[in-house]
Amino acid sequence: MKNSQTSSIRPERPLARVYLTLALLTLASAVLSLMLGPVSLSPGEVISALFRAEAVTAADRIALYARLPRTCGCILAGSALAVSGAVIQGVLSNPLAAPNVIGVNSGAGLAAAVCCAFFPGAYAALPFAAFLGALLSVLLVLLIAERTGASKITLVLGGVAISSVLAAGVDAVVTFVPDALAGYSDFRIGSLAGLTMSKPAPAAWVVLAALALAFSLTHELDLLMLGRDTARSLGLRAGRMRILLLAVAAALAGAAVSFAGLLGFVGLIVPHIMRRLVGDESRLLLPGCAMGGAVMLLLCDLASRMLFRPYELPVGITLSFIGGPFFIWLLLRQRKGRTHD
Amino acid sequence: MIEIRQLSAGYNGQAVFSGVSLDFRPGEVLVLAGPNGCGKSTLLKAVAGIEPVMSGEILFDGVPMPRLSPRETAKKAAYMPQERGVPSISVRRMALHGRFPYLSYPRRYRTEDYDIVDAALERADASGLASRLVPELSGGQRQRAYLAMALAQDTQTVMMDEPTAFLDIRHQLAVMDTARALASEGRAVVIVLHDLCLAMKRADRLAILADGALAALGAPEEIFTSGVVDRVFGVSLRRVETDSGWQYYFA
Repeated sequence: MKNSQTSSIRPERPLARVYLTLALLTLASAVLSLMLGPVSLSPGEVISALFRAEAVTAADRIALYARLPRTCGCILAGSALAVSGAVIQGVLSNPLAAPNVIGVNSGAGLAAAVCCAFFPGAYAALPFAAFLGALLSVLLVLLIAERTGASKITLVLGGVAISSVLAAGVDAVVTFVPDALAGYSDFRIGSLAGLTMSKPAPAAWVVLAALALAFSLTHELDLLMLGRDTARSLGLRAGRMRILLLAVAAALAGAAVSFAGLLGFVGLIVPHIMRRLVGDESRLLLPGCAMGGAVMLLLCDLASRMLFRPYELPVGITLSFIGGPFFIWLLLRQRKGRTHD
Repeated sequence: MIEIRQLSAGYNGQAVFSGVSLDFRPGEVLVLAGPNGCGKSTLLKAVAGIEPVMSGEILFDGVPMPRLSPRETAKKAAYMPQERGVPSISVRRMALHGRFPYLSYPRRYRTEDYDIVDAALERADASGLASRLVPELSGGQRQRAYLAMALAQDTQTVMMDEPTAFLDIRHQLAVMDTARALASEGRAVVIVLHDLCLAMKRADRLAILADGALAALGAPEEIFTSGVVDRVFGVSLRRVETDSGWQYYFA
């Protein structure tokens, strides 16, 4: 009984190391994100700018008005989408589920487009509209899945169908009201270029509240992963909890989409990478995803503005180019030595 | 004690069985048997609050089920389903989930929860597996992990839906030994079992469900002499006396 550890036992120490590494990586990529760009700043310039209330020098202005909103936006959107993906995968016990796959992102996108078309300039309302759009689409997908027997593949197919209908809706809105989404292609691909603090600020409150709720419901999420029958037999009102957790996931994805556009990939691959590193236990997985998502988006955003200076790629493109092959490499590398069924 | 009175249950408004009355008595191993689709699993799921009751009632220590919250019934009856998720979590974490009905939001484990879980792991012979990940375990080991979770739930009634499926003969017998041990501690153990010979030899009572009703209920001796198994399954059950009691077989 006294921890006679074999090779297959995952000791606690490397786990602590994983979190420490993730925390350091988050910090380092945030600092790099503040420093690097078309005009590079020294660490000293960044630090002195951060401690000033008013921008004095040109470096201060770059750090405070161009870089800081973008860095904050990356952390916020990356964490929100990754945690949203982990929650959705857990609730639906479906590894293929992710905010962009099951229509959450496009629902949020459509609501954001409609909101911008009818109430231009209502930035504060945007995250809430996006949340409602995301929630409605996720509930629709859930309804379809339950009506058709909730098999894993039906759920994804239903989500893909809903996604394409909603994406057509976004296109229709943009066709009729071309100004609805200024920089439409950026929105579609996902981009954080030209972000000012006023845009992510309302979304930040939604994300923080939703993250707090998600972190407090990790036991419930774990029970749902054990299967509906086990969850119910342990006294969990599984139906209600599924909807509550999906609402939390929709709030996270909706808030991120409201200022960062339809960034899809983070919500799918970061949870998978984290599951491989820390396991499926939500108590460990969700904080890991929050940090991992932030790191991934920060680094991809950095690459998108550094690779072809002074031109900039929307981060959605870099994300797919870097994230996709990395994920495939991870799948290939870990195929051996895992007995998953 | 759980008492089932004139129970009907099923799916999509269609009753799988009706008018079933049955007690889950403490200190007894009760086996539910019957042809495929007769409603054995549905019966356990109705008691576990997974499937709705269509008519009749289920009493938990004399209190009708609708008056109890899901968490209150979860403190009285544990259920090991046939189909289970295999998340990549440790066996100890799995067993800790058995304490869920006892925790209030935001679910912090108390020292006593850890003590009960350690005892449950010991009891299920899973202490050595505590820090292993569930997907790495063999079928028999997973069974022990799930049993530890059910035991951590600390209930008077333990229900198992085909716990011997996919297990080799040694592990099948081990499950039945555990059931016997739990019953001797004063728990009511209810098992859905397909292996009738094993059931006849190891159960205190058998409930045979067939054609949407309870076809027979009684000790193995009564079930054998009534010939209900032959009638319901269309087979002929025989037995032979050996040094270790009656052995049952199909002719």
